Amino acid sequence: MAVETPLKGNIGDSIKRKEDDRFIRGKGNYLDDINLPGMLHMAIHRSPFAHARIKSINTDAAQAVPGVVAVVTGALLAQHKLAWMPTLSGDTQAVLATDKVRFQGQEVACVIATDPYVARDAAALVEVDYEVLQPVVTPQKALEPGAPLIRDEKEGQKDNHIYHWEAGDKAKTEEAFAKADRVVKLDTFYPRCHPSPLETCGIVADVNPATGHATLYMTSQAPHAHRTLFAIVAGLPEQNIRIISPDIGGGFGNKVPIYPGYVVATAASLLIGKPVKWVEDRSENLISTGFARDYYMSGELALRNDGRMLGLRVKMLSDNGAFYADAQPSKFRAGLFHIVTGSYDLAAAHVETDGAYTNKAPGGVAYRCSFRVTEASYLIERLVESAALEMNMDPAEIRLKNFIQPEQFPYMSATGFEYDSGDYPRAMQVALDKLGYKELRKEQAEKRKKGELMGIGIASFTEVVGAGPGKHYDIVGLRMFDSAELRVHPTGKAILKLGVKSQGQGHETTFAQIVTEELGIPAADIEVQEGDTDNTPYGLGTYASRSTPVGGAATAMVSRKLRDKAKKIAAHLLEASEADIEFDHGKFFVRGSPSKSKTIQDVAFAAYTNLPDGLEAGLEGVTYYDPPNMTYPFGTYLVVVDIDRGTGQVKVRRMVAVDDCGVRINPMIVEGQIHGGLTEGFGIAFMELITFDEEGNCLGSNFTDYLLPTSWETPKFEMGETVTPSPHHPIGAKGVGESATVGSPAAFVNAVIDAVGHLGIKNIDMPVTSDKVWEALNKVGAAE
Amino acid sequence: MLPAPFEYHAPKTMDEALGLLDELGEDAKVLAGGQSLIPLLKLRFASPAHLVDINKIKDLDFLEERHGTLSIGPLFRHKSAERSSLLASRYHVMADAAPQIADPIIRNRGTIAGSVAHADPSGDWGTVLLALDADLVLRSKSGSRTVKARDFFSGPFSTALQPTEILSEIRIPVAKPQTGGAYLKLERKVGDFATVAVAVHLQMDDGKVGSAGIGLTAVGPQNIRAERAEAALLGARLDDDTIKEAAALAAEAAEPKADHRGSVQYKRNIVRVFTERGLKRAYERARGGG
Amino acid sequence: MGQSITVTVNGEQKSADVEPRLLLVHFLREKLRLTGTHIGCDTTHCGACTVLVEGVPVKSCTMLAVQADGQQVTTVEALAAGGTLHPIQAAFKQEHGLQCGFCTPGMMLTSIALLNEKPDPSDDDIRWALSGNICRCTGYMNIVKAVKSAGAQMRASAAVPEAATAATRS
Repeated sequence: MAVETPLKGNIGDSIKRKEDDRFIRGKGNYLDDINLPGMLHMAIHRSPFAHARIKSINTDAAQAVPGVVAVVTGALLAQHKLAWMPTLSGDTQAVLATDKVRFQGQEVACVIATDPYVARDAAALVEVDYEVLQPVVTPQKALEPGAPLIRDEKEGQKDNHIYHWEAGDKAKTEEAFAKADRVVKLDTFYPRCHPSPLETCGIVADVNPATGHATLYMTSQAPHAHRTLFAIVAGLPEQNIRIISPDIGGGFGNKVPIYPGYVVATAASLLIGKPVKWVEDRSENLISTGFARDYYMSGELALRNDGRMLGLRVKMLSDNGAFYADAQPSKFRAGLFHIVTGSYDLAAAHVETDGAYTNKAPGGVAYRCSFRVTEASYLIERLVESAALEMNMDPAEIRLKNFIQPEQFPYMSATGFEYDSGDYPRAMQVALDKLGYKELRKEQAEKRKKGELMGIGIASFTEVVGAGPGKHYDIVGLRMFDSAELRVHPTGKAILKLGVKSQGQGHETTFAQIVTEELGIPAADIEVQEGDTDNTPYGLGTYASRSTPVGGAATAMVSRKLRDKAKKIAAHLLEASEADIEFDHGKFFVRGSPSKSKTIQDVAFAAYTNLPDGLEAGLEGVTYYDPPNMTYPFGTYLVVVDIDRGTGQVKVRRMVAVDDCGVRINPMIVEGQIHGGLTEGFGIAFMELITFDEEGNCLGSNFTDYLLPTSWETPKFEMGETVTPSPHHPIGAKGVGESATVGSPAAFVNAVIDAVGHLGIKNIDMPVTSDKVWEALNKVGAAE
Repeated sequence: MLPAPFEYHAPKTMDEALGLLDELGEDAKVLAGGQSLIPLLKLRFASPAHLVDINKIKDLDFLEERHGTLSIGPLFRHKSAERSSLLASRYHVMADAAPQIADPIIRNRGTIAGSVAHADPSGDWGTVLLALDADLVLRSKSGSRTVKARDFFSGPFSTALQPTEILSEIRIPVAKPQTGGAYLKLERKVGDFATVAVAVHLQMDDGKVGSAGIGLTAVGPQNIRAERAEAALLGARLDDDTIKEAAALAAEAAEPKADHRGSVQYKRNIVRVFTERGLKRAYERARGGG
Repeated sequence: MGQSITVTVNGEQKSADVEPRLLLVHFLREKLRLTGTHIGCDTTHCGACTVLVEGVPVKSCTMLAVQADGQQVTTVEALAAGGTLHPIQAAFKQEHGLQCGFCTPGMMLTSIALLNEKPDPSDDDIRWALSGNICRCTGYMNIVKAVKSAGAQMRASAAVPEAATAATRS
């Protein structure tokens, strides 16, 4: 057996994850594992109707159940000015409904009891007298004149329109369209889906009424930002609030917003003086917490006859639900949707977006995506496919013809993004070669002659992740920087504390590796801490693939700060001038004589024991990193499908994924992130759907109806990579958590359309279910 | 999702169980595998006052051929059907269906009899039993009676089973030589209920169809037996025209409703396509192939 | 309303008075504080709550605690009994078969039952056996690798009788 040299954990080392030791033993500490002495349990009574006026609420029967401690209604909260709360998009949202319910599943009353079973029994006994109102279930209907007014409590709100927002140059785009040989149009709907992390959302609120200190254990992707929001919402002094985000069982954007249950549990703990636990069940998670997408998109591409794209025009209508609670930077009403020009060199583009209230759950979050980048990527990649189909061009060729070329970076897009780096043709070529594209096209032609349906789908996506810069990107005013604090102890072991928060991404390993690379301390000697606002520096949290681009950069920068100080100490120890000290992989030496050196461990010890005059003791530092730009990961995904004409079933035969996320810190973890994203993209493309009937009843309220892919359906993935470092990131990394969800849905759908496009089928909206495929085939007389 | 309170009984003998049911009547539900019942309790779609758990009763977990019938006990679980070499060799429709029930972990606990008694129109085993022309033995304190599978189902979640009775045995005519079957199920993912499924059971005599059973899942208020399709096959040689005709008749027998799984036309077409494919597969197996 | 039950959990007899409606998963998590068994979906779909009952994988959110009376239950906490990782645990770490860790205990227990029944499973055998356990993070690729690798490890250990440990039994 070969002896393996243990990896130290430098950048590029696929070391095994530090966090796994507790998870594989069942010793993770997730929210529901927290059990405080005297803890009470909360259950929520929710509205059965999508739109109804509350005439009265009777809590007597619930109150009378033995074990019930309190029943909280909106009226009680209103006395404490807590019946409404601000949303992440500057709107207001009901904590507990007082006047009307505005979506099915809305929170109406909360029961606090000594036992979760009792709380649930009593919640069922809350009696609410409703006057049912006409529900509004599509944004198109919502904007019709005379539509029922959903937000009648908002002063000055006369209709269901929320916002209008534009990006790009309208006049220039009109000009481009006027010059075009042809215009290709695609209307498509990116349906409502849900991040559905396997762990639902929850809180254990522990407020000490004597001291006013609130310790809130929460499934939070952004504990610091949540602390500030809690201070603002609940009026508690911020220094008295401690948010602890324990191990999180997946987030994918679902754990970014603040939910009514968190507010009520906290208020209840304050009023009762005991800890209160609230953990959603799955149905509550699906019907009431942050959904994703729900965008109606209409795109037009202006082209020359040779396939060169000249301009892009997009109109978009979003269904935001009853409260505009999208999680996104304040200035951008439709997130970063205007990245819709994608990987293509487009001289002109214009995007117009509108949002509407409907009687549906609020909280449009980016499900494993950087603020609506997924919708944008989907639209452009589907449009390019449509153009190839209409112009009878190879979909790879039309892309190659229009890619932004490597020498054009940094590239300013028509909608105002400055792309940092990229090599799109190369990523595509690697993918095509890996797949054996030409051979498969031949096979497809043969099959087509026999009447068999096979398709090859392509998506060459570009993402924008890693927000800030802070001057352009903020969440409710909080600038989107992030932070790292590094303490190196006398024995050379270190603690790294971060403002971001892992939900499974492997921060405890990856971020230690950045320190290893910068300071030479082995990753095994570095403890990474996150999620406790009392003990970590302020940061905006983990979503939008921002941990590595921002928190990772902060980690590199704080390591360098410490290295600079360590140099001074090393110079003292080596009796040399600081200017002559060099550093390489954990060793300091005098230039020209590497044999005489001091290790980082020697220096760390000296930082507490043997300092040069005038230098402060210790080897610690903190950095708040405000990125100069965002990063632009990209890649090409290829999918091969076979379609059964009798049933419409689509079988994914192969999938090749070539990602370029810049420098890969831990390639094993990077690949794992991509596998996961591809799987969620597969689910979104083929099965995940939250829809509503005409009464506004949510269809998709548990995993019987909200379908998640299992190991059996999920395709096997063939991975490839290119590396184009980010020029502005300290270690050249770009972030990778979401690329695969952003890029893959279009690749899956394009494969289906590639299989049936020659029959005259131009579009099938997601989820591409077998019945939709069969109906489309049947309509053109091609079904069995 | 937590169940409402109930009382729990775990009788050790069948007589004890039947006595309890006799006493409790409609207030009681029988708990076998529990893989349908417990989720219903948790969703509070069902809240019986009493549960009678039959898992502690000995000798209810059996599958054996005796006296010309294949006899299946009330605690015979899906996973045992999935692993049974007897079913794989001679009762293809059952062997095909078993691994398509729910998911592997649910199959570890769920029972065939429990699933049949639950009578979900999207349930698979009822359809299989229709195709196999099974008899169901319903036992109560006062005795037992035998009901044909085709007379057992009376609507969604509704059967001939009385609250005082237990489905104590499923009896299937022993497979004759040259028997073949198939179960084709369209589901959106593992663990999903069927969008449509078709059960086919064929016995060939001298190159002609000696007997034929065709059952349809999820295309009506209950599992459906496609009798006219069966009749069209009887005595015929299984050429393409016969198969097509039977498939068309099966599609006619379906009474699907449009929902998020598909339109009426779509589901009817799946019945046709699956009946065709199922007959071909069953025929091949009857001739010793597949 | 309480009913007295005795369940052998991870080799130890545990007795308690429980309400009949108490789910097995809550008995394990709340009464015994064995919080390695997780709740993901409530409707028997996700498999995060999978434990072994008499060696067979069962979703413990769809079984009553009273039904486990007199039976053997194995949870993730038993796997590294004695301090040594079970090969399935080592393999999940080695092959990066987990990310958030929430589905991991259920995945590992289902995998152990598979390997006991079929020591050298194919990729498809593994994907089939695990199709009642949902993972949202990993995309299953590395889970399949981990189960294969654990199988190889367990076969190698079984070839050396004294290396077989109590922990590999379920």
